[in-house]
Amino acid sequence: MADKKYTVRKRGRPPKSVINDKPSREILEQLYEQMILIRRFEEKAGQLYGMGHIGGFCHLYIGQEAVVVGMQSMAEEGDSVVTSYRDHGHMLACGMESRGVMAELTGRKDGYSRGKGGSMHMFSREKNFYGGHGIVAAQVPIGAGLAFAHKYKGDGGVNMAYLGDGAANQGQVYETFNMSALWKLPIIFVIENNQYGMGTSVSRASAGLDLADRGKAYGIPGLQVDGMDVLAVRAAAREALDYCRSGKGPYILEMKTYRYRGHSMSDPAKYRTRDEVDAMRKQHDPIEQLRDLLLREGVDEAGLKQIDKKVKGVVMDAADFALASPEPELDELFTDILIA
Amino acid sequence: MAVEIKMPALSPTMTEGRLSKWLIKAGDSVRSGDVIAEIETDKATMEVEAVEEGIVGEITVAEGSEGVAVGAVIARLLEEGETALPEEEDAVAQSSTLAPSEQVLPADLAMVEADATPGSVLPLPPDPDWNGATKTQTVREALRDAMAEEMRNDDRVFVMGEEVAEYQGAYKVSQGLLEEFSDKRVIDTPITEHGFAGLGVGAAFGELLPVIEFMTFNFSMQAIDQIINSAAKTLYMSGGQMGCPIVFRGPNGAASRVAAQHSQCYASWYAHCPGLKVVSPWSAADAKGLLKSAIRDPNPVIFLENEVMYGQSFDVPEHEDWVVPIGKAKVVRPGSDVTITAFSIMVGKALEAAEQLAAEGIESEVIDLRTIRPLDTEMIVESVKKTSRLISCEEGFPYAGIGSELAVQMMEQAFDYLDAPVMRVTGKDVPMPYAANLEKLALPQADDIVAAGRQACYRT
Repeated sequence: MADKKYTVRKRGRPPKSVINDKPSREILEQLYEQMILIRRFEEKAGQLYGMGHIGGFCHLYIGQEAVVVGMQSMAEEGDSVVTSYRDHGHMLACGMESRGVMAELTGRKDGYSRGKGGSMHMFSREKNFYGGHGIVAAQVPIGAGLAFAHKYKGDGGVNMAYLGDGAANQGQVYETFNMSALWKLPIIFVIENNQYGMGTSVSRASAGLDLADRGKAYGIPGLQVDGMDVLAVRAAAREALDYCRSGKGPYILEMKTYRYRGHSMSDPAKYRTRDEVDAMRKQHDPIEQLRDLLLREGVDEAGLKQIDKKVKGVVMDAADFALASPEPELDELFTDILIA
Repeated sequence: MAVEIKMPALSPTMTEGRLSKWLIKAGDSVRSGDVIAEIETDKATMEVEAVEEGIVGEITVAEGSEGVAVGAVIARLLEEGETALPEEEDAVAQSSTLAPSEQVLPADLAMVEADATPGSVLPLPPDPDWNGATKTQTVREALRDAMAEEMRNDDRVFVMGEEVAEYQGAYKVSQGLLEEFSDKRVIDTPITEHGFAGLGVGAAFGELLPVIEFMTFNFSMQAIDQIINSAAKTLYMSGGQMGCPIVFRGPNGAASRVAAQHSQCYASWYAHCPGLKVVSPWSAADAKGLLKSAIRDPNPVIFLENEVMYGQSFDVPEHEDWVVPIGKAKVVRPGSDVTITAFSIMVGKALEAAEQLAAEGIESEVIDLRTIRPLDTEMIVESVKKTSRLISCEEGFPYAGIGSELAVQMMEQAFDYLDAPVMRVTGKDVPMPYAANLEKLALPQADDIVAAGRQACYRT
């Protein structure tokens, strides 16, 4: 039963803000819109991949939307974000344009990296989004460096470094835990535990299944969070952000989540059953859960349809834009290697 | 028979030192473990312990003596029953090439220690870039001054690495920086190269200007993913948005007797990758001017120093802001018969070889590459047009080395001017051995350059 695997145990102090965080209907609608945007965007990306418009590796975020949307909804202007290669959702949640992201996926000149980065390597200084990194866990010390810069400059910012359950076994993560705790860097390690590092389940890869505890030896508090519940994510984000911003050092949030699609587009996902995926979708889908809440809160179906329609328009526009944008000029091959 | 106490070597590259203080005098009884003297290298004062028991018979090297050779007898212990010493000997004059005495051991000899070689001031041709006043400085001091000046100029510059702060640098290159700039900007790291290299990259993305020290570049292999995949490639992958203004610096190549894992040259490794600049100075003036340029450069710069060079003295311009541009080589000896290129410690060997060749009637033009990437091929081609011969010298392995690159560059750009095949003088294609004789054989020597010079000029 998928449910058993998905059990979330509360540990440490339950976030006080769980009780206090009662988002307004307006905020709930925004969260819904952002999650729907990521899902529709990713579905479109998958479709374009199938049609040959997107090449290479393409890792979809479908199923995990509540994590980044919940986290970023609590972030403040000036906080920085860094993540791995499953990054489309993070970029959209950071406010990057869906047009620019999609055009990068299609390898066109109007993409965020002018077609030279692709799915795994996109950045926006303007939105404080520092990638988009293709090497598993390499983003973790980079996040600590960004946190170091926040502290050095005294700008009050916090870095959110997202990593997967697979990355949580890389040595550099522990080097970073050590330095971050030693120097009290303002960084939240958001471990998106989607249960599989490519085709290997957490239970086959990790001794000690509670990744939230991985910072214990360094004195880093950890919280295991229902990453399929955007409100639980928000509450945890509040707790961790307050902790980091007050100068106490790093924080670990283990988000129990699930990706519905394969590791990448070319992954047939034979390592898990169809039933397991279906059960997650039916019982824990983050968007459906929020949709139910919104309906209970008195939003009518028509209102939600309105949002769906708006998002569909944005995604269609992004796809059209990404297909219409020309490929980069050939002399682009030799630009951006060094700053003159 | 008295037991001789000899001047100990306190680091792999130390050949002599100053006997700064005696803590014993004739007639004292000494037990093993007693601290008997303090010896000063150019980076630290270290305590020396007695290993054997006995009565101090005589002190043969006075307190305050400078330049005491490793292996020289500095004191004698009387053995049981002995009451007087045999005939006098002038121990100071007695220089030995033997291993340090077994009678004394340094009290706290870290595995990695700086060389204590004060080194000779090398005769340098006048610097065409500078006609003003100069002062004599070691490479170590020049590097320190470069960092200090840039830290004063720009408060975004910080220095991070193992032992850079409180210890004052494993090789004392960062001496005094902590005191001036505080622990906010001079930061001791745990032993965690992969982690702090990545952290440095992130800080550079966050608009700081990190100077990341590797205790040796051998340890940078732990961090090479962050250097190549994160620092070097992100500008390109971000369509020009994400520059990474970072300097990775530290000693590179062989020191002395530290064997295979601590004796490799990484010039070719890092020069291979687009997105990095690779600098490797020889003189103190260039070390200072190029490090300042590297810190100001908006790109990631690999700055390869050499442990043996740290104690070497050179004339350094007395200028408030001495900067040497990255990407410019330098003719350090003009000549007409053969061009010899070298970088870092090999420049000294190339100059030595040039002297010998000159005695045989071959005039060498010695070019200090200074920057490995971007390479100043224009200067090399101009020189080859004049001499029609090129010898490339480097300490690294021959296979796919800098010499291989130079050979192809000359075929592409100066083929019609060559009168002899381009030759390479390199380290041997073997991991560095420990044994002294084998290590010497593995490293390229001035004699190898001389032989190559003769061959290039068909004077065999």
